[in-house]
Amino acid sequence: MLDHTNKNFVLMVEGLTVSFDGFKAVNDLSFYVEPNECRVIIGPNGAGKTTVLDLICGRTRATSGAISFKGKDLLKMREDQIVHAGVGRKFQTPSVYEDLTVFANLELSYPKGHSVFGALFFKRDQAVRQRIEEIAEMIFLSDMLTQKAAFLSHGQKQWLEIGMLLIQDPELLMLDEPVAGMSVAERKKTAELLRRIVADRSVIVIEHDMGFVADIATRVTVLHQGQVLSEGSMEHVQNDPKVVEVYLGH
Amino acid sequence: MQSKQIKHPFLTRRDVIGYAILAAVIFLLLPAVLDSFRLNLFGKYLTYAFVAVGLVLCWGAGGILSLGQGIFFGLGGYCMAMFLKLEASTPENTSIQSTPGIPDFMDWNQLTALPWWWEPFYSLPLTLLAVVAVPVMFAFVIGFAMFTRRVSGVYFAIITQAVVAILTILIIGQQGFTGGVNGITDLRTLFGWDIRTEEAKTTLYFVNGALLFVVLMVAQFVRRSKLGRLLIAMRDQPDRVRFSGYDVAKFKIFIFCLGAGFAGIGGAMFTLQVGFMSPTLIGIVPSIEMVIFCAVGGRLSIIGAVYGALVVNWAKTTFSESFPELWLFGLGALFIAVVMAFPNGLAGVWAQHIEPRLLKLWPGSAKQPAAPAAEKTPAE
Repeated sequence: MLDHTNKNFVLMVEGLTVSFDGFKAVNDLSFYVEPNECRVIIGPNGAGKTTVLDLICGRTRATSGAISFKGKDLLKMREDQIVHAGVGRKFQTPSVYEDLTVFANLELSYPKGHSVFGALFFKRDQAVRQRIEEIAEMIFLSDMLTQKAAFLSHGQKQWLEIGMLLIQDPELLMLDEPVAGMSVAERKKTAELLRRIVADRSVIVIEHDMGFVADIATRVTVLHQGQVLSEGSMEHVQNDPKVVEVYLGH
Repeated sequence: MQSKQIKHPFLTRRDVIGYAILAAVIFLLLPAVLDSFRLNLFGKYLTYAFVAVGLVLCWGAGGILSLGQGIFFGLGGYCMAMFLKLEASTPENTSIQSTPGIPDFMDWNQLTALPWWWEPFYSLPLTLLAVVAVPVMFAFVIGFAMFTRRVSGVYFAIITQAVVAILTILIIGQQGFTGGVNGITDLRTLFGWDIRTEEAKTTLYFVNGALLFVVLMVAQFVRRSKLGRLLIAMRDQPDRVRFSGYDVAKFKIFIFCLGAGFAGIGGAMFTLQVGFMSPTLIGIVPSIEMVIFCAVGGRLSIIGAVYGALVVNWAKTTFSESFPELWLFGLGALFIAVVMAFPNGLAGVWAQHIEPRLLKLWPGSAKQPAAPAAEKTPAE
């Protein structure tokens, strides 16, 4: 089905369409993500940005089209299978387990003991501890491991959720508005974190903050009414008259 | 790195004290102060604790509210009752029947042979297996059908209620096979041991207590495992768990089956101690009462669930002796009061109000730090 057989792409989305009761939230969308690329998806509200992520991670089922991740057809897989294939996804509102400690939050995301009995007899060995401490340091939460996640600030919860994905070491990480509600200082730290993350994997980010986008993006895809309006470097996109029109007209 | 070691030990010091107090109450205090009739009543109450502990895991931790635990309690109880009934229906005991050797109610309903599915209950080992296996298999079927379709919350609760209704109607309707609305009565001996005597009832009380502690330890193990923390995560953020690579349905099915297995054991012990099993004991109202035992005890606390079962049942007996019509209203009021004022039940009251005061009285423990943040889940 896929005409791009180029092995260099981590993710290939082709002709993707989803319609909700006749409304096409995503309409014949195609884009390709390369290894170690940080792709930022921008667009006005209702452009279908979050829906694209929902389709890739299996939360929403596509009406037609194809999504191929390292040659695997994601449309045929269950959510947890997609995760095990190497796709991680962060939600728009920070989704952490508030009743559990930061340590337990990270531990539950550690890619081991995911079956029922695996979880029942899961042993917390040195490797697990080490990895959790390593990730905690990366997401600036080393001192908070024993705290319940409910006591974290909004920004810290965002970091924790990113950390919960990093511990799975996904090859494709999808972040939905990772800096929403963060202070300027926190945004800077997050940008720095993202640059470190991209070194080992591909990342798709949805973001509104243009300063932040310019900071992290390798390529930018502008979505409008479920279709690609423009794609390229930040500079290219910013100077595209179609983009200017949509944003101004909005 | 000076990282504080985070541990989830099987039993914290607090747990050990809690279980020790509970053991003292069940094995020493109650037998010492109660006559054998009252002790047998408390033994009956404790059989509901098996159900309540299962609900702590399903509902309190996992967020799966089942209003149908009576099904599993009943299935366990009926399995045991069938064995006892077959033992009581020897050809000598039933010689006046037109078909001697089959249970009396079958004879009254013009059955002339034992149905094939009663045959396994001649064997005690098969019966003991069935006491757990039948409820677990039934829970698996319900759980598989519901959880893989992502039915949850109120919808799941309503469906469990419907299943209770169907099952009790089925039992009542199939009088010849099940004893109908009277249930299975006139149970006498277990392997020749008369369960109707006072000594037997006292012995059964202790067996029941010991089994309850086995179940409590299994529940404690599950609660302390990664699976226990995963349940809480699933309750609060099911999508995050799913997109962390877990098949949420499988975990829900597991914990629902575990709760059903616990309830089955409780049901079997009920039959042994009370001497009969009937559909009125497992219908819609008893199933809702079981949730109330758990809520009153504290739906997050394994130990609390046992006290909840004891206190509510004791209150039920006491009040319904004096004001039989008012009991159901009282029970409803109790449930509302608990939900509104004490969402964590007796265990929450203990952890928030009584325990800190006791600790202050205890000489030398005043400087003991409050429980670490990780352990603040009320009373375990």
